[in-house]
Amino acid sequence: MTIKTLSQHGVQRQQMPCLTKMERMIISMQDPDMGIKLRNQRLLITVIPHAMTGADIFEWLIKKFSISDEEALHIGQIFVKYGYIYPLKEPRNLILKVDNSPYRFQTPYYWMSTRWPASELDYAIYLAKKNIRKQGELIEYEKECYNALHKRINHTWDFVVMQAREQLRASKQRRKADRIVLECQEQAYWLVNRPPPGTLDNIDHGPERRTTNTRVQLNADFYKKEIEHNRISLARNRVKSSICLESYVKYCEQYQPHDPIMQGCLPSNPWITDDIMFWNMNCETVSVPTKLRVERWSFSFMELLSDPVGRKEFLTYLEKEFSAENLCFWQACEDVRHGETSKIPGKVDEVYKQFLAPGASRWVNIDSKTMEKTLEGFKRPHRFVLDDAQMHIYFLMKKDSYPRYLKSDLYKNLLARAVVPQETKKSVLPFIHRQRHSSPSPALATQAAEDDGKTKNSNSFKSNSGTASRL
Amino acid sequence: MASQEESSQPSDTLTTLKTESETLKTKLEEERAKLHDVELHQVAEKIEALGQFVIKTRRTLKGHGNKVLCMDWCKDKRRIVSSSQDGKVIVWDAFTTNKEHAVTMPCTWVMACAYAPSGCAVACGGLDNKCSVYPLSLDKNENLAAKKKSVAMHTNYLSACCFTNSDMQILTSSGDGTCALWDVESGQMLQSFHGHAADVLCLDLAPSETGNTFVSGGCDKKACVWDMRTGQCIQSFETHESDINSVRYYPSGDAFASGSDDATCRLYDLRADREVAIYSKESIIFGASSVDFSFSGRLLFGGYNDYTINVWDVLKGTRMSILFGHENRVSTLRVSPDGTAFCSGSWDNTLRIWA
Repeated sequence: MTIKTLSQHGVQRQQMPCLTKMERMIISMQDPDMGIKLRNQRLLITVIPHAMTGADIFEWLIKKFSISDEEALHIGQIFVKYGYIYPLKEPRNLILKVDNSPYRFQTPYYWMSTRWPASELDYAIYLAKKNIRKQGELIEYEKECYNALHKRINHTWDFVVMQAREQLRASKQRRKADRIVLECQEQAYWLVNRPPPGTLDNIDHGPERRTTNTRVQLNADFYKKEIEHNRISLARNRVKSSICLESYVKYCEQYQPHDPIMQGCLPSNPWITDDIMFWNMNCETVSVPTKLRVERWSFSFMELLSDPVGRKEFLTYLEKEFSAENLCFWQACEDVRHGETSKIPGKVDEVYKQFLAPGASRWVNIDSKTMEKTLEGFKRPHRFVLDDAQMHIYFLMKKDSYPRYLKSDLYKNLLARAVVPQETKKSVLPFIHRQRHSSPSPALATQAAEDDGKTKNSNSFKSNSGTASRL
Repeated sequence: MASQEESSQPSDTLTTLKTESETLKTKLEEERAKLHDVELHQVAEKIEALGQFVIKTRRTLKGHGNKVLCMDWCKDKRRIVSSSQDGKVIVWDAFTTNKEHAVTMPCTWVMACAYAPSGCAVACGGLDNKCSVYPLSLDKNENLAAKKKSVAMHTNYLSACCFTNSDMQILTSSGDGTCALWDVESGQMLQSFHGHAADVLCLDLAPSETGNTFVSGGCDKKACVWDMRTGQCIQSFETHESDINSVRYYPSGDAFASGSDDATCRLYDLRADREVAIYSKESIIFGASSVDFSFSGRLLFGGYNDYTINVWDVLKGTRMSILFGHENRVSTLRVSPDGTAFCSGSWDNTLRIWA
């Protein structure tokens, strides 16, 4: 057909394993035994061989992959959109019709993996052929493309016209049925690769990956580092799969009642009923938390700490036990770890004075080794200087105070008092939904706090550090 | 400098090193296989199969004039930020579908955006190779772009960004093959992460107790787990057959899922140090662009380049349902902080909330 062969765009093709998969499916669709039964289809007065109906394709997909009607139609559409199957009737309409509309497999010569991106030269020849064959056969956007190409590659226009005439001459010598098939194939290829304005461009793949300008240098250093990493990984301690996988089962089981998409939530999912009670009842400053929420604190220490209400309750408990300084210390360490870099030295100093110095007002009990290491680090305080101490106190609370809290009256009473919301049903009248109320923006809450000259605001949806962030 | 191999050509040395690395990788996979005594679906046999549940589009957010590339939820569970190809970044109250803020970036293809934990700022970037932070002002007359703060600078496109547990630090990944941790206040790079052999496309922060690690995925088909303090790669996994577009931790932090152009999603366990599940189907041809877990971790939602969303039973490995609705590829998908819904963004210019 065309003389010009396209250069291998290896980089782009690597991004499209989907094409390989599609082509594999197309080949199995054409399998003589297990594939779609092809037969002659009548198109006006000509008989086209090796064709099939839209319904054939649809049914084959359902049977082969055991999928639903909707999914089969969806997959069939993809094959037509990408040009692997083309319609014989209404060729410009690249959709799959599940009836006896005739379709054909595109020849591998025109597959997207072999002939993409389409070349300008080839397109010019194609349009020239159309123009020569029948005056006025080009439709509007094709005329525009033709004129644009004529300007852009004017220097090779003689070659274009010569090629066009040569191809037309060659095709006249073919049997009519063959000629129609070849014309259909070529037309289908161009409808996919030069879609009319307004239709979906399937070839759009987004910004290029693996561009050559700033590549990672795969030099000796890179491989040496990789080798070192692999050596260390080899020596790593691993846990048996059975133990790891069992833990997922337990986790999913434990959390399933708390998963709104899976089991719903009480009183109702706001997105479904437009009722925001669920959010109101679970907000950060509620006085009576829900039962599910309080239960979740018993799943892990992290659950308790990451819930502001839980943390507050835990602090109350620790105060009774005279070990509240542990939690305060932990919070102060979090503040150092996640706060502004410029404030680190000052904060570290405060932490030392309040929690670590001999005779400090809220002295925390850290083992001597960790204390020594931490104090050494204070000489040049950085973001992670308190990590070891923080972890020591964290695990102390986790192993000791936390389990006792869960057994305490404080927790048990809260659990007993905790609310189980009543279910609100979705509105019976289908089109009348509840008014969707706005909520104050988190940014507003901070702004108000700043206006008041305060630096902390307990009503805003903030991170654990508690201070309003200034950017 | 360490001494070179004696008398070999530089290219021989490189080939030798590469071969040595490949040999070690094969040995590593053998070691990993030794403790693999059971498959996930076998362990899951004793669990009841999930009944059918209904997931529908509950909101459609229209307003972007071009492909939606990324989105993130606010901690308030109803607001989201989204970014698109034409440079627009929009903050919505997804519940009411009202747009609250809009910024036009000076670049196109804003592939990354993130909501600050405080809810007071958003970060975004893309083909400008940078990550910028915009404080959200409620003054309608104020030009958000004026208060923009440039934080991260890479040498190629920004593919993903996220705040760590506060507004003060941002983690980024880039087409230049690296990830980096930045101090928002000063714009200083606190740590850089080298080890990927090609573009890094995605990252996710670990929800663990000690909160010091994150995972990244790239065009080198590798997923790497990093120590944020030291910059070291702790573990890496290379079983995908194509680019890894998305990584997301399992809620317990013991595993993470990945979505790739090879049309599969996979689950990797960090303690077993290996891939433990593959979520794939013969009829799924196109790559997964974005994955996220439901609140309990039982379901894995995958947005795909064939415009659909597949819902997987994480434990049994089966596909629960396929969701249609978007009219172009799904580019981003996140579950809301309280698990009541998930949001998908698409090249059809819209975002959808599903529940």
